Amino acid sequence: MKRLLILSGKGGTGKTTVAASMIRLAEARACADCDVDAPNLHLVLERGSPETEDYHGLPKAHVDEARCTLCGLCEEMCRFGAISIDGHLTIDARACEGCGLCDHVCPVDAISMLPAVAGDLLLYRDPEKGVFSTAQLRMGNGTTGLLVAEVKRRMEKASRQAPLAVIDGSPGIGCPVIASISGVDMVLVVAEPSVSGISDMERILDTAEKLRAYTVVCVNKADAHPRMTERIRAYCSERDVPYVGEIPYDSEVVRAVNRGMAPVDVECPAGEAIRRVFAETMKILDRSPHAGPGMSR
Amino acid sequence: MSARGGQEDNMKIVVPIENETEDSNINPSLGRAPYYLLYDTETEAAEIIANTSKDSPSGAGVAAAQLMIDAGAEVLLTPRCGDRAYAALKGAGIKIMLLPSGTAKSGIAAYLEGGLSELDTVVKGHHGAH
Amino acid sequence: MRVAVFSGKGGTGKTMVSVNLAAVSRSAVYVDCDVEEPNGHLYFKPDGVVRETVTVLVPRADPERCDGCLECVRFCRFHALSYSLDRLMVFDDVCHSCGGCSVVCPREAISEHERGIGTVDTGRSGDVVVHTGTMDIGEAIGLPIIGRLLEKASAEDDDVFIDCPPGSSCMAMESIKDADFCILVSEPTVFGAHNLGMVAELARVFGKPVGAVLNKVIEGEEDPSERFCIENGIPILARIPFDLELGRLCSETTIASWADTGYERMFRDLLERITEAVG
Repeated sequence: MKRLLILSGKGGTGKTTVAASMIRLAEARACADCDVDAPNLHLVLERGSPETEDYHGLPKAHVDEARCTLCGLCEEMCRFGAISIDGHLTIDARACEGCGLCDHVCPVDAISMLPAVAGDLLLYRDPEKGVFSTAQLRMGNGTTGLLVAEVKRRMEKASRQAPLAVIDGSPGIGCPVIASISGVDMVLVVAEPSVSGISDMERILDTAEKLRAYTVVCVNKADAHPRMTERIRAYCSERDVPYVGEIPYDSEVVRAVNRGMAPVDVECPAGEAIRRVFAETMKILDRSPHAGPGMSR
Repeated sequence: MSARGGQEDNMKIVVPIENETEDSNINPSLGRAPYYLLYDTETEAAEIIANTSKDSPSGAGVAAAQLMIDAGAEVLLTPRCGDRAYAALKGAGIKIMLLPSGTAKSGIAAYLEGGLSELDTVVKGHHGAH
Repeated sequence: MRVAVFSGKGGTGKTMVSVNLAAVSRSAVYVDCDVEEPNGHLYFKPDGVVRETVTVLVPRADPERCDGCLECVRFCRFHALSYSLDRLMVFDDVCHSCGGCSVVCPREAISEHERGIGTVDTGRSGDVVVHTGTMDIGEAIGLPIIGRLLEKASAEDDDVFIDCPPGSSCMAMESIKDADFCILVSEPTVFGAHNLGMVAELARVFGKPVGAVLNKVIEGEEDPSERFCIENGIPILARIPFDLELGRLCSETTIASWADTGYERMFRDLLERITEAVG
């Protein structure tokens, strides 16, 4: 199975729109949305109802008020401001990081660490379209590489025979992005021709390089600022990163997406351009040596 | 199984396994394997250890490494290894050999015949929950 | 007043709104809490920047005192510790700096040391004090940087505009804590509306009053975000039309309200409406 990951660094560059298009054009039977904080891919992939499963994060601290003597030792020791005392002891589950120090120091054993559901795992299975794995983090929880890894793992497990998997990543450069890069054959960065877009693109290229992931770049809304697009093209050439094409700004994209479709599902300039980017990306992906599951390059 | 070929005598070999039986297939995830098989070449006895940290949101690999270190393992046979577990195991002087698939028993036999090579690629770690 | 600007979804114009609100205020503080991808400083181009490294504490064991009892290894729920060959190994990148290992150690062998994870840069642009938080590449946890940013902002008397990270994770949560008011910026797509719902929920849970700014609005087109606001009783404080010129200015990280009186008026109006809502 070859795995293609779509990233952007900056949010709003069109990553999900491009990912949905790639899934359509490749008829990929395995796909995943690793933006577990704000997943969007399901809004443009019609997949029916998912199987759901709880995702447990670290156990969190709970107090047995009957035993608690309000000595205040736990509140003193907690470095995350999760414990407060005001007539009685309250533990803020959102602030609690699950370190267990309060449990350890409590002289009367009033605190215990209990399982906590941090998110929901969703798996859509369609006999024709294939498998789509995603998750939704519950509000206020830590964005976790483990949940991203779990989303990918569930996709893999349910679709062993699929030749290609397309993964929609998340914005940023932190832990969920690092987890999504692990084990993929290629990263496609969707960049935006703006100063912020270029700055964020450079940071995501640095991150991918640090993880030794093979990366290619395309520019979305390229005609909104041709000079900046040219800068990106030159930068990629200097850095020896393949430039796989440009997509124009196209108001049809908004209309298509709002009707639950990808730009390649309608006749429009953006759709045409994405088809060309897709062809170029697949050409390079087909040439790349198969990395194998879980192995970094 | 018995020690043969160019390998030293009397060592403990550990392998991550799927099921709680000596004939089990290996498990591809080092940190999240449900059990480990610990084979002592001197006594030719195999012990099965449960992996109590397999559902840990973060650091399962490191926990697994500590488990193996504490069990006195000297050689690990595995299809892959995370970067932190690798550092911990190497720090303890444990040899890490690549065993792509099959049963633990056949893997151990292959190792003792000198048929396996060292693992030299690590998987970049997930950074767990926070 | 302290105004937190959210979007849920990236690219909706959160930075444009927070930067320009600070820019049209008589004197204000702009805080960039999007520490993975900070962009506000690209607009402000602040002068006199002073850099502060943000550190976290990580444990180290004194080999003279450590006897390999493994108490700390067993205690650490993040599995940041491992012990072999008479040495404690620490995996700094998963350490949460809870301090627990040094507490549980029966030999008092563990001490804590500072490790840099990112920076807070402070500078000035016109009447605006600009605080920018940046997480180092490869780091996993950015919360302490946001904490430090908000500490610096709370020391200010002037109005504070907080540019928050996208999403509604713990990073976004950290940014909302001290806010008096939340601006939710959205775009007219189903993606924007979906994520607007998430941050609206975050604000609701924290009991923060909200107002929406609908950006890139196309006249005559359906706007799923507008519909969401109306259906959920979220006051719409401004509708910024889709505007190629405004888009171009932002692509070049130009502060639109400083470049053009029309945009200045637009953002001043928004600021007035926010001030009324907070008042």
